[in-house]
Amino acid sequence: MEVRINTIRKEFDRFAALNDVSLDIASGELIALLGPSGSGKTTLLRLIAGLDFPTAGQIFFGEEDASHHSVQERNVGFVFQHYALFRHMTVAENIGFGLKVRPSASRPAKAEIRKRVSDLLDMVQLSGLENRYPNQLSGGQRQRVALARAMAIEPRILLLDEPFGALDAKVRKELRRWLREFHDRTGHTTVFVTHDQEEALELADRVVVMSQGKIEQVGSADDVYDRPQSPFVFSFIGESSHLPVEVKDGTVLFQGEPIGVSGQADTAGDLFFRPEDVVLTEERDALFGKVTASRRLAGTRIAEIDIANNGHDPYHVEIEVPLHAPIELGSEARFRPTRWKIFTK
Amino acid sequence: MTITTAATPARWRVKQPSIIPGFGLTLGFSLAYLSLIILIPIAGLLWRTAELGWSGFFSILSDERTLRALYVSFGTAFIAALVNVVFGTLLAWVLTRYRFPGRRLIDAMVDLPFALPTAVAGIAFASLYAPNGWIGSIFMPFRIAFTPIGIVIALIFIGLPFVVRTVQPIMEEIDKEVEEAAATLGANRFQTIFKVLLPGLTPAILTGFALAFARGVGEYGSVIFIAGNIPYVSEIAPLLIVIRLEEFNYAGATAIATIMLLISFAMLLVINLIQAWSRRRYGNV
Repeated sequence: MEVRINTIRKEFDRFAALNDVSLDIASGELIALLGPSGSGKTTLLRLIAGLDFPTAGQIFFGEEDASHHSVQERNVGFVFQHYALFRHMTVAENIGFGLKVRPSASRPAKAEIRKRVSDLLDMVQLSGLENRYPNQLSGGQRQRVALARAMAIEPRILLLDEPFGALDAKVRKELRRWLREFHDRTGHTTVFVTHDQEEALELADRVVVMSQGKIEQVGSADDVYDRPQSPFVFSFIGESSHLPVEVKDGTVLFQGEPIGVSGQADTAGDLFFRPEDVVLTEERDALFGKVTASRRLAGTRIAEIDIANNGHDPYHVEIEVPLHAPIELGSEARFRPTRWKIFTK
Repeated sequence: MTITTAATPARWRVKQPSIIPGFGLTLGFSLAYLSLIILIPIAGLLWRTAELGWSGFFSILSDERTLRALYVSFGTAFIAALVNVVFGTLLAWVLTRYRFPGRRLIDAMVDLPFALPTAVAGIAFASLYAPNGWIGSIFMPFRIAFTPIGIVIALIFIGLPFVVRTVQPIMEEIDKEVEEAAATLGANRFQTIFKVLLPGLTPAILTGFALAFARGVGEYGSVIFIAGNIPYVSEIAPLLIVIRLEEFNYAGATAIATIMLLISFAMLLVINLIQAWSRRRYGNV
């Protein structure tokens, strides 16, 4: 089921939680909504589900305008952050709930429900636990029960709110891989919300980076990491540093001095670069500053450098240097970005 | 024996060091306090009853008037507690779920039966529901006051806050996500309430029921005004105890009290077992 979100807007007491957001989700896609808290990602997910209704704009499921359909009519599978399992029901009763509450015309027979529940338990690898109660399960198991329960109603799309947020790091990694396999096997259009960029980049076909109720960028993991389209995305995804620069006659000037980097149109803005995209150099045209700290990071070393700023607070940047580079605390380091992007102010 | 004694460190201590000090003091105080307030009076009650001997005890127990009084007391308390479970839960629902003008006022009114002298409530009910009262006259020739129905009404009033105040906090804690989950799975409001929310409230509702019931069984002040106190019909056991006392038949009074104590104890035990069972299944409230 493809989902089309058309200039949607959501206000809570005049505060715009979502500001004219549009997004097309292809059928069978696995999409991550990534952003800091307050970016509107959960609001968007709830609007798709029908748990909230937009102030303006439409949501299409295929050709059908679902904007004003109730959550029951939309037939979506929703996995809540804290699973929201029914604690007075066994695992099997939880999973079968969506089938049992159907009107008698479309409700499957009891034996049929039992079979579906046991198939789903197989699928989420929890066979044998059907008579347990939720409080007798581990976090990862509850998570999978919640997923099986959402899948039982044969949803048109699957929505997950911070699906791994409440789990410890190891279980989170396992479940992440498992969810990817699960998605590839079932082929459901899936949207999940996360604030963990690693999770989003690893798991999703496309990542939707959100900030302050707006979509900053939509793209593959490579797109958002290698070709960030806004200062926010550049600094939110991965590590980065930035410096105010000017571009004049094809040269980038920092504090009026060339730094050995060429630019295009004349402009003034912020130069963004990642720690790994720099080289140390001896040449005159370069950025230079005092090494204030260095720390070992797996196979390389990260050096923190303060660049003097005419008596104001120094600019603080981080660069990655080879392990045996002659970088010592207090010494001067000269470097040039090899890949960078200038965002005009 | 001597070897083990020698092997143990010289400084043997009763107290294990604890980060919460004062265990001995507080436990000692609690036990002394419970003894004074509960255990000694009950022991006295049983002591007094024992003077009757088994045959005397059973003759009081099998006396028609005693049996009818017990039946009226426990029956009306049970019905009143049931009614309170239904409407008390509804009231708790309204108070926790909706925001409306006057909500705080209604919330405060729920506690009124706690504070109001029960005799005042009894007199008010008696005059309202009497055959010539405002409400009683509407129902004539069907009589409310001076029948067991009148007793039930008084006990509903007395027991209401117990149900509301036990169910309300648990209801406030219900996770909105659980309701939303039910909705995404296709459940309508009715199904969400009856299949998801109410079963989750069962332990709290049971506690409220037990409290309202126990309170109703022992209630005296409000009931005697509206009951009419007709022996064999609307005479409650606590009143019969008072009557026996006025006849200086202390053993007879304590015998009835002992029977009430045993029945109440048994019923509370059953309710507690049900609660323990549901807690084991669903996790703590």
